[in-house]
Amino acid sequence: MKTIKEINERIKEGKAVVVTADEVVELARTAPVKKIAKEVDVVTTGTFGPMCSSGVFLNFGHSKKRIKMGGGRVYLNGVPAYTGLAAVDVYVGATAIPDDDPRNSEHPGEFKYGGGHLIEDLVGGKEVEVVGSAYGTDCYPNKGLRTRITISDLNEAILFNPRNCYQNYNVAVNLSDKTIYTYMGVLKPRLGNANYCSAGQLSPLLKDPYLKTIGFGTRIFLGGGVGYVAWWGTQYNPSVKRRENGIPVGGAATLALIGDMKQMRPEYLKGASLTGYGTSLIVGIGIPIPVLNEEIIKWVSVTDEEIYAPIVDYSYDYPNSTGNVLGSVSYGELKSGKINFMGKSIPTGSLSSYKKAKEIAGILKEWIKSGEFLLTEPIFYFPGQDSGYKFKPMREV
Amino acid sequence: MEKKFVMHFPPVLVDKPIISTIVRKYNLDFNILKAFVSPEEEGTLVIAFSGGEKDVNSAVSELKDEGVKIQMIESDIKMIRERCTDCSVCVGLCPVGALMMDKDTYEVKFTPEKCIACELCIRGCPTKAMVSTI
Repeated sequence: MKTIKEINERIKEGKAVVVTADEVVELARTAPVKKIAKEVDVVTTGTFGPMCSSGVFLNFGHSKKRIKMGGGRVYLNGVPAYTGLAAVDVYVGATAIPDDDPRNSEHPGEFKYGGGHLIEDLVGGKEVEVVGSAYGTDCYPNKGLRTRITISDLNEAILFNPRNCYQNYNVAVNLSDKTIYTYMGVLKPRLGNANYCSAGQLSPLLKDPYLKTIGFGTRIFLGGGVGYVAWWGTQYNPSVKRRENGIPVGGAATLALIGDMKQMRPEYLKGASLTGYGTSLIVGIGIPIPVLNEEIIKWVSVTDEEIYAPIVDYSYDYPNSTGNVLGSVSYGELKSGKINFMGKSIPTGSLSSYKKAKEIAGILKEWIKSGEFLLTEPIFYFPGQDSGYKFKPMREV
Repeated sequence: MEKKFVMHFPPVLVDKPIISTIVRKYNLDFNILKAFVSPEEEGTLVIAFSGGEKDVNSAVSELKDEGVKIQMIESDIKMIRERCTDCSVCVGLCPVGALMMDKDTYEVKFTPEKCIACELCIRGCPTKAMVSTI
């Protein structure tokens, strides 16, 4: 019905009709699919939650007396960086924590500062201490340095997240008799609370469940700047069973994302401390979905009430990979603040901010409407439901 | 003045109307923030007393004499708004509804008056937006 090229022409002319995913949900309650498909050009999505598989490549430039950090050690504000690259390239991941962090020695540990916080500080323009040590070579004789840098001193700061944007996720509960501290937050005993982590009807991959428009090279909102889909994400699992509306019954597709961190903003890349678990990075992502045909309107207008997430026990079933799912619940119910489950009324909490997700979808909408953000045709599409591509458990011998 | 207390009632006291007797005697206003009886029949009450300082103190010491274990809630929990991302993970943890999600704005709202300083939100907040000031 429409092509991305045609939509881009309309964007350039300032004529494109852009709505956010929650707005299209409301539109679809009264207007017929055909009419919306004809009138709307782009639907913007958004999400803002902790995503541990995130991190940044940094290039420091060379010191006067050259140092080969590769194979040596580098710490940024005490957070260890991965140095198995060339002389002054490193990678810092969101979950990296200082060597002297007490971790869980006094359970639950606080994890006050880690890679996620370092990324937030860098993006926020704060000065960061760099300490490096090396073994020294004829061409890189320097064996140690200590300096301070800000993001503008770096040649490159490339955010590269191997796994973001999970398509659907578990609702975590605790069936045991004691409080547990997980990456899904603090879980009170005997179903004391239920935590979820998805923007539901605003979440990018729940609005394009078969990834018909999102693929390699898709231009997106990433951390407040412009980023791109760099590959399918790790643990990509398209073969998960789906409901009639295309929504997978549990975690399925994921995306690897890349972008220039120098353009990003600390409001959309925030360090997180998960008590008893570790540090992470809260990432703001927005993905535009071009309305190419009526089928896409059917996907994007799926409501919170029609999206179900699996309820999983994190005291035994998750840690032991039993695969057991206790039940399922809709995001509509989760967002009401309480779910009724196993004869109990359980208060709910979300690790993903719906308010920020809405804000991101709104910003992306404005970018597109103003003509500054054009849509991209993916260079290729990712393995689909029938591709046989599966997420395997670890081989243990 | 207003003071908040956590009170533990041993099983022998659970069925006696101690609180109502005391508040009448000392002319106190009270607000029950949380109350439950454990399977072992020990009662727990989180209560705010307001009235004259002397009256509140006398009421508390009289309750202690009756065998009620009392701890005053002294710490003050605050929300640092700039750090909050409105994720709502604290909302499900808060036992007294002091942290709630505004259904229209999706903003997390903190009502200090309801807070019993259990500090679960401090442990639960990923961005350290909830802090205790003693």
